[in-house]
Amino acid sequence: MSVVETGIGTTVHAEEHEHHEEQNFWRKYIFSEDHKVIAKQYLITGIMWSVIGIAMSVVFRIQLGFPNANLSWLKPVLGQWINDTGQLDPNFYLALVTMHGTIMVFFVLTAGLSGTFSNFLIPLQIGARDMASGFLNMLSYWFFFTASVIMFSSLFLQTGPAAGGWVIYPPLSALPQAHIGSQMGMTLWLVSMTLFIVSQLLGGINYITTVINLRTRGMAFNRLPLTIWAFFITAILGLISFPVLLSAALLLIFDRHFGTSFYLSEIYINGEALPNVGGSPILFQHLFWFLGHPEVYIVLLPALGITSEIIATNSRKPIFGYRAMIASLIGIAFLSFIVWAHHMFVTGMNPFLGSVFMFLTLIIAVPSAVKAFNYTTTLWRGNLVFTPAMLFSIGLVSLFVTGGLTGIILGNSALDIQLHDTYFVVAHFHIVMGAASAFGLFAGVYHWFPKMFGRMMNNTLGQIHFWLTFTGIYLVFFPMHYIGIAGFPRRYYQFTTYNFSSSFTDLNAFISVAAILSFLAQFIFLWNFFYSIFKGKKSPQNPWRSNTLEWTAPINPGHGNWVGEIPPVYRWPYDYSKPGAPEDFIPQNVPYSQTPESNLPHENEEIAMEKVIEAQNFNDQFKEAH
Amino acid sequence: MATTATTTGTVEPKMWLGGISPMKVSYGKLMMWFFLISDTFTFSALLVSYGLVRFSYPAYSGEVADFTFSNIYWPIPEKVYEAVPFLHGVELPLVFVGIMTFILILSSVTMVLAVEAGHRMDRAAVEKYMLWTILGGFTFLGCQAWEWAHFIHGTESGSVITEIVNGEWVERTIFGANLTENQYGPPAFADFFFFITGFHGTHVFSGVLLNILIFYRASTGFYDRRGHYEMVEKVGLYWHFVDLVWVFVFTFFYLV
Repeated sequence: MSVVETGIGTTVHAEEHEHHEEQNFWRKYIFSEDHKVIAKQYLITGIMWSVIGIAMSVVFRIQLGFPNANLSWLKPVLGQWINDTGQLDPNFYLALVTMHGTIMVFFVLTAGLSGTFSNFLIPLQIGARDMASGFLNMLSYWFFFTASVIMFSSLFLQTGPAAGGWVIYPPLSALPQAHIGSQMGMTLWLVSMTLFIVSQLLGGINYITTVINLRTRGMAFNRLPLTIWAFFITAILGLISFPVLLSAALLLIFDRHFGTSFYLSEIYINGEALPNVGGSPILFQHLFWFLGHPEVYIVLLPALGITSEIIATNSRKPIFGYRAMIASLIGIAFLSFIVWAHHMFVTGMNPFLGSVFMFLTLIIAVPSAVKAFNYTTTLWRGNLVFTPAMLFSIGLVSLFVTGGLTGIILGNSALDIQLHDTYFVVAHFHIVMGAASAFGLFAGVYHWFPKMFGRMMNNTLGQIHFWLTFTGIYLVFFPMHYIGIAGFPRRYYQFTTYNFSSSFTDLNAFISVAAILSFLAQFIFLWNFFYSIFKGKKSPQNPWRSNTLEWTAPINPGHGNWVGEIPPVYRWPYDYSKPGAPEDFIPQNVPYSQTPESNLPHENEEIAMEKVIEAQNFNDQFKEAH
Repeated sequence: MATTATTTGTVEPKMWLGGISPMKVSYGKLMMWFFLISDTFTFSALLVSYGLVRFSYPAYSGEVADFTFSNIYWPIPEKVYEAVPFLHGVELPLVFVGIMTFILILSSVTMVLAVEAGHRMDRAAVEKYMLWTILGGFTFLGCQAWEWAHFIHGTESGSVITEIVNGEWVERTIFGANLTENQYGPPAFADFFFFITGFHGTHVFSGVLLNILIFYRASTGFYDRRGHYEMVEKVGLYWHFVDLVWVFVFTFFYLV
């Protein structure tokens, strides 16, 4: 049986396409309401941010690895932040760490990852013409863009960008006299993040509504690809947690500019008492981490969804435990809201409360382990196809397990008190959340590049990129655990004052070299990405022989994605290597009545449903007034 | 793929099988609901913060009759909010805010009537009830402005506070409240009062603007041409939400 290419050339209803008139350049590429263009805008912006963010980390890695090196050669870029003796300004070091964190967490791994793939894949994989509201979607990107411009401009301030750490704890962030980074830089940080939250909100309500309302005929929730489940749950997480950061940020703005004392109390600066009484800096930490912890999963869940899809496709096997994967996504999402105080074990909280949060935190290991085992069992005895996307997905599983194990260590309040604010924490979250999510992003780009641009990325360069990145990540972050256990504190400009602490210098230099090499390896990806957009090999219709709906759309889908009718869906997306089937994949839009040779008994009963499914044509956006 | 024109009616649609809006609501209304969920968390964060700071202060423990304002303990709300316009010097605890609340709830009722009129495609009735709703919204905002003004100006005698200035205890009489000092109690009390009622007031104000837009569009026949008045319903959802938030703000600031 050959694959049924629904919608392409078989049914052409040209008269349906009033929407299809040519748009001018501005509407088509800049202020576009097309989810595919918006996704690419998010992706390109995210890539630009990641180059800036990682380059910052390289600068402070040089400082950490080679504390007294002459950095005059960076003067053309960093200007006054390199002093006359060629040393990096300590204040700017703090700004670098802060901006690296902010950029990577929010602008790259939240906006760049969710923004790209939720936008690109939700309509294409559920069978919709576009997002529920193209206008709000466009607005979401432009809010993000404005936030980006403001954050970027803060880099060029005389007093430098925000420097209080990406968590911007008051009172440091609330008092302009506390640090130069708490002056204009902090103001712009807060303004930028407020706009960013608005952007997330607009994006989020769109993703959720689209998944609920615009699934094509037959696309019941239990037939959704795991990518969509992950994006859906991520959007819900963002919808609930980001507003709390908004409240926290607004209160902080009032403390900074209007003299209130929400977070301030009994503070002396230079021997002089400030008038503020009655506030609580711990309150900010509670509000911040109520966002901050779900944010970890906002970053990670889309990567896990992408990985589920890619591993199943390239193992040529059904995903192991489809329902368990969904349940564990929901479980992780739920738990992420009731564990925030494990970031605050050292704030002097009641030890009993600490043990409650510790208990809840460690429960997250259960759904996480379900996911890790399900990935492994999906790979087990599969016909593995090692595309770059597949390699990055397997790499993600590896990082997820490695970083997850140190998470169990840090989740224990007794151990965390020892390890808090050391490089052990830095190593942990960079592996489990930073690198793992970045691997998800890479996997997604390699896998869906053909759908985005109609061309293929270079496979060999992808493989080289993977192996360099994968070894690079482990070389950077594995030794970091030891430095952390030994007591090296994070966010320190220099830790060479004492004899015992200079023994870290060699390992630090090693990490820095590895970091620089991993950074350079990313340029292979950048070249591959931008070159392939214009000069890559033309993509076939379904390059990975995948089941999901996006591969039934034209290679370069126009506005509206499918020509003619949207294909209906009759089966789940993981019918790979089904016994009896002539091909090793059966796309979702192939009805059971066409595959009698591979149907299981209960699937034969589904044939009767096909008429019902085909009749369910009530939400095609091109037909319905909207 | 044979997909003939669907004869609705013959086939009972399966709500969760795709190809249909499963909860029979448009995307716009769903979006409004999700926005409101999100906004709930914004307000919850503020109210939780308020609760946390409030309970870090002791409550007034003496007889109610002997109550005086002090920045040592949290004030009794009945003693703070007891003024009514034109009734100078009369103690009417919570009367004015009660009137404000009543007006806002009434405007919710007229909003319901406008939505209902929209279902009937009765343009005149939509216009009438939207106008009442807008009036209610403006009245509420006006009352809030008066309440703020009174709160800011303070009582006639003010309160004497003792504070450390340059290492010495100094006595000073302050009138009313602003973001840095407060005659009624701890400054945090005024900070949260201004922030939360102000944030709510901003929501009411944007709600009124939306209501005006709806009124304008309804009266120019926009929704008649569109064939439905769903927009009234969506803005109505927002308006009811803002009212509901006020009920919580009212409870936490004035009653508890």
